[in-house]
Amino acid sequence: MHISKSVNQYQSRTQQKRALAEPAWVRNLLILITLAFLTLFLFLPLAAVFSEALRKGWQVYISAIVNEDALSAMKLTFIAAAIAVPLNLVFGVAAAWAITKFNFTGKSILITLIDLPFAVSPVIAGLIYVLMFGLQGWFGEWLLDHDIKIIFAIPGIVLATIFVTFPFVARELIPLMQAQGKEEEEAGLVLGASGWQIFWRITLPNIKWGLLYGVILTNARAMGEFGAVSVVSGHIRGLTNTMPLHVEILYNEYNYAAAFAVASVLALLALLTLVFKTLIEWQTARANQSAQIQE
Amino acid sequence: MSISIQQVRKNFGNFSALNDVSLDIPSGELVALLGPSGCGKTTLLRIIAGLETPDSGSIHFHGKDTTHEDVRERQVGFVFQHYALFRHMTVFENVAFGLRVRPKQTRPSDAEIRSRVQELLQLVQLDWLADRYPPQLSGGQRQRIALARALAVEPRVLLLDEPFGALDAKVRKELRRWLRRLHDELHVTSVFVTHDQEEALEVADRIVVMNKGNIEQIGTPEDVYQHPANAFVYQFLGNVNHYQVQVSQGKAQIGHQLFSAEKGAQDGLATAFIRPHDIEISKPTRGNVRGKQDAAFKATVSHVLPVGPLVRVELKVSDNDRILEAELSQEKYQALAIKQDDEVLITPKRVRIFAEPS
Amino acid sequence: MDWQQFWHTVTTPRVVASYRLTFGAALIGAIINAGFGLLTAWVLTRYQFPGKRLIDALVDLPFALPTAVAGIALTAIYSTNGWVGSLLAPYGIKVAFTPLGVVVALTFIGLPFVVRTVQPVLEDLEQEVEEAAASLGASRWQTFRKIISPAIFPALLTGFSLAFARAIGEYGSVIFIAGNMPMKSEITPLLIITKLEQFDYAGATAIAVVMLVISFVLLLTINLLQWWANQRNKNGA
Repeated sequence: MHISKSVNQYQSRTQQKRALAEPAWVRNLLILITLAFLTLFLFLPLAAVFSEALRKGWQVYISAIVNEDALSAMKLTFIAAAIAVPLNLVFGVAAAWAITKFNFTGKSILITLIDLPFAVSPVIAGLIYVLMFGLQGWFGEWLLDHDIKIIFAIPGIVLATIFVTFPFVARELIPLMQAQGKEEEEAGLVLGASGWQIFWRITLPNIKWGLLYGVILTNARAMGEFGAVSVVSGHIRGLTNTMPLHVEILYNEYNYAAAFAVASVLALLALLTLVFKTLIEWQTARANQSAQIQE
Repeated sequence: MSISIQQVRKNFGNFSALNDVSLDIPSGELVALLGPSGCGKTTLLRIIAGLETPDSGSIHFHGKDTTHEDVRERQVGFVFQHYALFRHMTVFENVAFGLRVRPKQTRPSDAEIRSRVQELLQLVQLDWLADRYPPQLSGGQRQRIALARALAVEPRVLLLDEPFGALDAKVRKELRRWLRRLHDELHVTSVFVTHDQEEALEVADRIVVMNKGNIEQIGTPEDVYQHPANAFVYQFLGNVNHYQVQVSQGKAQIGHQLFSAEKGAQDGLATAFIRPHDIEISKPTRGNVRGKQDAAFKATVSHVLPVGPLVRVELKVSDNDRILEAELSQEKYQALAIKQDDEVLITPKRVRIFAEPS
Repeated sequence: MDWQQFWHTVTTPRVVASYRLTFGAALIGAIINAGFGLLTAWVLTRYQFPGKRLIDALVDLPFALPTAVAGIALTAIYSTNGWVGSLLAPYGIKVAFTPLGVVVALTFIGLPFVVRTVQPVLEDLEQEVEEAAASLGASRWQTFRKIISPAIFPALLTGFSLAFARAIGEYGSVIFIAGNMPMKSEITPLLIITKLEQFDYAGATAIAVVMLVISFVLLLTINLLQWWANQRNKNGA
């Protein structure tokens, strides 16, 4: 998942030599098997989304998307992402900064905690929020007294989204910042820059591509999260339904064309994510490469 | 700007990097901190800069205690080992950085910054590279830009961490001389860290030899080379032969000659240090039986290795089979006309015998 | 809830069947991914063919595509009247609404993990080492078995464990294709949600605890294996 990937790829492409090549038939067979596997598990499902969505024609497709419930689900999805992504951007940068630039006790615990959302089933993550903020939860009574609703309401959805998307930015930045070391920051310090000036003028420009990459992954997951959000949402149509949940409801009502229509919007967003991701990889590969050529 | 370091101690976990180090650096001098890796020299430099804080002890700049002053307030210029140029900024912006981050009241105008940076780039003879990015520069160019960047803030002290370490041999030599000339021009108090004795001897006004967190000797290059204070300094500055001797009443015999040991040497086994170029070789002809004959002793040439302008001769001492290495000029070698397995006479011209062999 | 009630809740046959399905299908999915993921990584790093860059970019689709979308899409293809399901039906193979469907969904969501952990290692392998093996008379297959595979094994194990861990907790993509028949094709996360919807919070929590403990133990084992593989590699080097 590292963005230095494409550089090496370029090198291996140019370096492949005859002595190390397999016989042509082996090569072709391996490529064929890989393509068959990827077709069965990747390309067909992707194609199916659009084919099913358009099965009943454009009219049905459009009306399924501009449908009131669908629009409010989209709105909620964008709201949740619009809150979770900037927050996790800040958390992620702060965590990566703390881990790579300072030594403190409990550092390894912090690293483990960052990975926790990857290790826990999203359903269990949602359950934890229900146990804390639900009616019978730890803070349930207090919340009821103060007329604050978290579970089966938008705040719960936002919280669950923040939880499951927490690791992406930090995971992307930590190896990057570790590789870059502290020298440039120290140079800034000696030249009289303040903490903010160092962050804005030195650290941030150095990590911007990795950061953008992390943000894109965070955003994709925030918009697509299903399990955790499903547990805390309560599935109230028009109110607490996100796009993935809306897809589920339509599907369970046997309204397949509409379900796939909404799904196709999500799939388009996913494809857009991959396009951005690939562009960033090429960008960093180019930057690294020009640096290496000059070396 | 003079620097005074008093009783500075620094530990990293169990590792003691500096043991109560004290050092005075007079204003305007170019000082080398010389020692093997892990001796604490870089730590000391970083403490002077304020990038590390000492566990105890104090740092004074021009008599003023700066121990607890922030790096930003110390007005030091620091050149990092790997230069730490800002990758995403042009050469010009790198040099301008220290001026641009000043608070509004003291920040020079854009025009002033421009002329100051131009001036510095001319000083390091790289004004034609202003619009390049660091990855597009050669190692030597990066080094000079790093120096220009450090000088832009008009530092009271210039600190350089292994300034030539990452360069190849030829560029290193050039830059050394250039730094020496630059220092003569600017006269800013400078401290640089190096593990290369040749570099320290050539560039510095004064050398501080360090080992295992302690200062072993402070002196001019002449001083430390000609009069090393102890066995460590002797060994660290240049090649040396170790020759085991028996000391009795402060004297030890090598061949037929008695040499006095350093003060404090106990009777018993000790190590004599002889530089290869301090061993004189002569042929055992009838002619030189007279004169210094009693000082010389017999050895066999076991190996001859010409290295550029010098010839290294490996000698096996006939009495005890110990190996000594001698160095002579090509001229001398030709004149002597010795070859492998020849028997020769050798005379150590200068010998130091230290109490504790290390 | 006391200990006895807890034990009863987490050991009813329906719950036990769900553990078996969840962990079993996750394991099979991860094994499939280890094999095909390694192959995909190999083909993408070593060979040239048209569309390679597009395929390389699309490998990350399961990371980017919402799991619910993946779930309904896989169901559409693998049901008996779908593109692939209709081809399999004459042979009596049913995929959707059976445990096999769960394996398919878990294979999909774990696909990028192995590819993306093995790929960089394959790229960084020194060409010289392989050339040295060839110069010493090793065949291509011997070189792969004795030189390349030990080098990529730790990464393969990492990718496998990531895919496995992700599959254990997966919910969105599975519930559509599984059919969710009790005792047959019902996964543990779904049982947790069912309990929650019946407001049986204690029951849901009990099952969740068991799931966390089992996955923790499994991951710990895998981490130990990985550590051992790394040690061995280091000593060998």
